[in-house]
Parts: sequence; C-alpha cells; structure tokens
Amino acid sequence: MSLTASMQGTTLVIHVDDDRIDAAGAIPFKERMRGLTATASDRVILDLSNVRFLDSSGLGAVVAVMKLLAPERRLELSGLTPTVEKVFRLTRMDTVFTIHPALAQGLRHAG
Amino acid sequence: MPGPLRMTDPIVIHLSGDAGAVRDGLRRAMAAPALCRLAADQRATVEIVLAEILNNIAEHAYAAGDGPVRLWLRQCGGLLSCRVEDEGLPMPGGRLPRPPVPLPESLAEGGYGWHLIRTLALGLAYERDAGVNRLSFRIPAGQSGQ
Repeated sequence: MSLTASMQGTTLVIHVDDDRIDAAGAIPFKERMRGLTATASDRVILDLSNVRFLDSSGLGAVVAVMKLLAPERRLELSGLTPTVEKVFRLTRMDTVFTIHPALAQGLRHAG
Repeated sequence: MPGPLRMTDPIVIHLSGDAGAVRDGLRRAMAAPALCRLAADQRATVEIVLAEILNNIAEHAYAAGDGPVRLWLRQCGGLLSCRVEDEGLPMPGGRLPRPPVPLPESLAEGGYGWHLIRTLALGLAYERDAGVNRLSFRIPAGQSGQ
C-alpha cells in the first residue's frame, strides 16, 4: 500500500497512490496511515483521487483512521471517484466525513 | 436457476483465505464479455457486489481450506443474471445472513458488506446442493447510457 504524505501549510495531505483500498490492502493501509499521521498538523486530508475502487474493508479502514485521529483531528477526504463515492453514499458514511470534490477545494477551505 | 445460464462456461477462480486471490479473481470477473457493454455506473455496481461476495467466500466459505469459485454472468434483457458457486462451508443456519445495517454515527469498521450486497443485488437467493453453495442475483444492466 503506497501512500505519499506532504505538508501544505498546517494541513497534512496524504495521497493514496494505489488504485484500490480493498480487503487485501486494508490492514497495510491502516498501518501506513498510523505512521504517517504521527506528524503533527491542524488538518488531515486523505486524497483518494487515484483510488478507483474501495470495498467494505477499505471503508472500514478509512473509518478506523478517522477514529484514530479523533478527537484532536478530523479526517477529511478529497477526490472520491464514482465507485468510491457510491460505497460511501450507499452506506451513508458520506454523512460522517467532510468530503471535498478535489484536493484543491480542500486546501482552500478550512475543515 | 433457468437453463440458459448453465449453458455458458463459468469463469473459474481459485480462492483461499488470501485476499490477494480475491483481487485477482475480481479482475478476471470484471473482464467478462457480458460486462463489456455496461454503463460505468452499472460496472461499478457489479464490481462492488462481486467484491463483497468473493470476500465473504474467501473469509467464511473457504476459511478452513481453499477451493474453486464458479461465476456465471449473463446479460438477459435489461438485467445481468449472476450465479456464484463455491464448494466451501455452508452459510450459517443454511440461509443468507441478515446482519443489522451499521448506523453511520456508530462509526463501525465492519458489517457494511451485506448491506451493500442487499442494496445493489435484486432477487438475491441462496441454496446449497451436494456440497455446493449457490448464490444467484440480478443487477440492472440496461443498454449503455440508460
């Protein structure tokens, strides 16, 4: 599971390089995210613009990361592609995350 | 299941408890000719449902050992007819699970899979016959663009 982290001001941006977060990648994803989010930041944006597929395991892993960051930081998401957006919407988990259409909007607005 | 679905050759995937095998099997399933004219949103639905079903088979049916999964996909009018067979352990209680749907505010890390399957698959049915689990369902699959 390949993730690329960068600081944009006080926002930690983590870009998922893999094109899917699924059962095979869920645990490596959580472990990598735990390490990367140890970096102090005001906000954390997980950019999913390269992720074209996410299953229930991937969704659970993203939720786990959100809980790991809480309550000090909220996990924001950006760049949900159609299938990923569908999974979040059908499970109504799109109601518990701040979701930006693209990273650019996320960086313009405070979470 | 009616005859015509049986007459086509299934896609055969070998699964164990290994999630990597599910990923490879799903990729092969998504390359099936029956799917090539589906609109993108319908392909997404198929991929989500098949991923959840294959994950369940790997995790539960083949928890104690590996085995084949046979997958039939056939376009019939405005519907994609699907059948998935495995030779693993039976469904608990011999019936489809009906777990509670996770509430978003409970921030559950699991339990979403059956909700996704039941929301997206029509006419979901399970039977077991001579050591074979058989799951059948349909997915709306009108002409591309509809």
